[in-house]
Amino acid sequence: MNKPVSKSADRGRLARWLISGPPLFYLLLFFAIPSLIMVFASVRYAGDYGGLAPVFDEAGKLNLTLENFQRFTSDFIYTAIFLKSLMYAVITTCCCLLMAYPLALLIARSPKKYRDLLILLVILPFWSNFLIRVYAWMIILGPQSGLTQAVNYVLGLVGIEPVRLLFTAFSVIVGLVYVHLPFMVLPLYANLEKHDPALVDAAQDLGASAWQRFWRITFPLSLPGVYAGAALVFIPALGIFAVSDILGGTGSDMIGNVIKQQFLETRDWPFGSVLSIVLTVAALIAAGIAVLVARPRRETHG
Amino acid sequence: MAKLNAVRRPLGLWLVALFVYAFLYVPLIIVVVYSFNDSQLNAEWVGFTLDWYRKLFNDDEMLRAAGNSLMIALVASAVSTLLGTMAGFAMHRYKLKLLPLLVLTPIAIPEILVGVSLLIFFVMLNITLGLVSITLAHIAFCIGFVAIVVRSRLSGMDESLTEAARDCGATPMQAFRLVTLPLIMPGVVAGALMAFTLSIDDFVITFFTAGANASTLPLQIYSMIKIAVTPEVNAVSTLLMGLTLLLIIIASKLAPNALRSS
Repeated sequence: MNKPVSKSADRGRLARWLISGPPLFYLLLFFAIPSLIMVFASVRYAGDYGGLAPVFDEAGKLNLTLENFQRFTSDFIYTAIFLKSLMYAVITTCCCLLMAYPLALLIARSPKKYRDLLILLVILPFWSNFLIRVYAWMIILGPQSGLTQAVNYVLGLVGIEPVRLLFTAFSVIVGLVYVHLPFMVLPLYANLEKHDPALVDAAQDLGASAWQRFWRITFPLSLPGVYAGAALVFIPALGIFAVSDILGGTGSDMIGNVIKQQFLETRDWPFGSVLSIVLTVAALIAAGIAVLVARPRRETHG
Repeated sequence: MAKLNAVRRPLGLWLVALFVYAFLYVPLIIVVVYSFNDSQLNAEWVGFTLDWYRKLFNDDEMLRAAGNSLMIALVASAVSTLLGTMAGFAMHRYKLKLLPLLVLTPIAIPEILVGVSLLIFFVMLNITLGLVSITLAHIAFCIGFVAIVVRSRLSGMDESLTEAARDCGATPMQAFRLVTLPLIMPGVVAGALMAFTLSIDDFVITFFTAGANASTLPLQIYSMIKIAVTPEVNAVSTLLMGLTLLLIIIASKLAPNALRSS
């Protein structure tokens, strides 16, 4: 079965192309090229009936502009909405971390046979439809719900006016935390599960208190998991529009809502593309930071 | 907070964990319970009824949307499973740069960006927005998920099995078909079920690529929530949850580790 080397090398290259070519071609066509077209759309004029104006005007001159970017930087409304989205995403990330960390720690320190079940219980709700999970909070936070009435009863006892829970910044944050929580639990668990329990035991033998064992051993070692979870929550939370659309009242719009409006209602695609590019850049910066800080450092023990 | 690392007395941890589990499940349970509630309002329990389900099955628009969702999910999961398996195999086998980047970025960036860029793309190419454009878009975002599941299955596989087949005189194609493929099959099936679920559940990308005339189940749910909330939404939500749960159980039986390691 001795074949000339060059022939089998050719064959290897052919096989490689046959296998990787089709998915590569599909993703280039339906992901990479559309993304590039969006960048190109941001420097064009909006068409008279929505969409995009022709690239060349009647005189055959190139019809491109940076006006759309100037509009973003000069109109404070859009920067304010963008900053508000950043704030919502940061608060969401922090809340998710505070809720997910104890849970992930508990699961990681449970007997092995229960771990799979406990983690499956975290993933399961995440597999039900995203809109349903957001909608469920409309019921819970609605004006007639038991929760709202209980809260207002307690507030009434201490003489505070009744509050509204639904269609507020509060309900938007609750919804954002709810839909993103599993993204924080999973990487944290994956990290905490790998910790060597001997390290904590050793610290205890050396007289470290529970608090010290956590802050000086467990938490520093779990930082890569924290960064990964933070990126997985922060990035999608930044671009989301359905949560603020359904649970937010007037003034709760996030950058995703404005992008949606520009594409489907105002039909100003070039400006919508500018906002999308700003969002992409913010997401890439967040991902870049997460990758940089989470880069594994040299082992410090041993 | 001091209780966080109480290895031997994790009572504080248990309380927080119970609270988080309740936070995760109470909303879904409420939706299911109210789908059987004999009241127009999602507020107090009046009595048991199946009327909302009856109403649902007489809702032509809803049934058409469900049919569309099913058809899109079947085609999208079939094509993305094929392409995703190829991508996963190629990423495992060869040192590639562009393909892993293209597989992973659609998963890593906000969904809305994929949606709006495809909207511009389809309109520019004069592709009518509707079932076809939705399906093409779904395939694009499902490929990555399938590829990751298949690749993780391949990296857990004993490479010497394929080598043994080659030593016994199998051609590369035979080795793949008779040894590698059966071994990674659970991963492929899990990937397919995952793609199916992702497709049938997707709202954001569908929202931008659907146009005015095609509707899917999530789009229908969205417009119901936006216009007037009736317990009919609870009923359709409950059915959809049941379907998803079923698929997840099948997937986890077929490939216990595939879903977790992604």
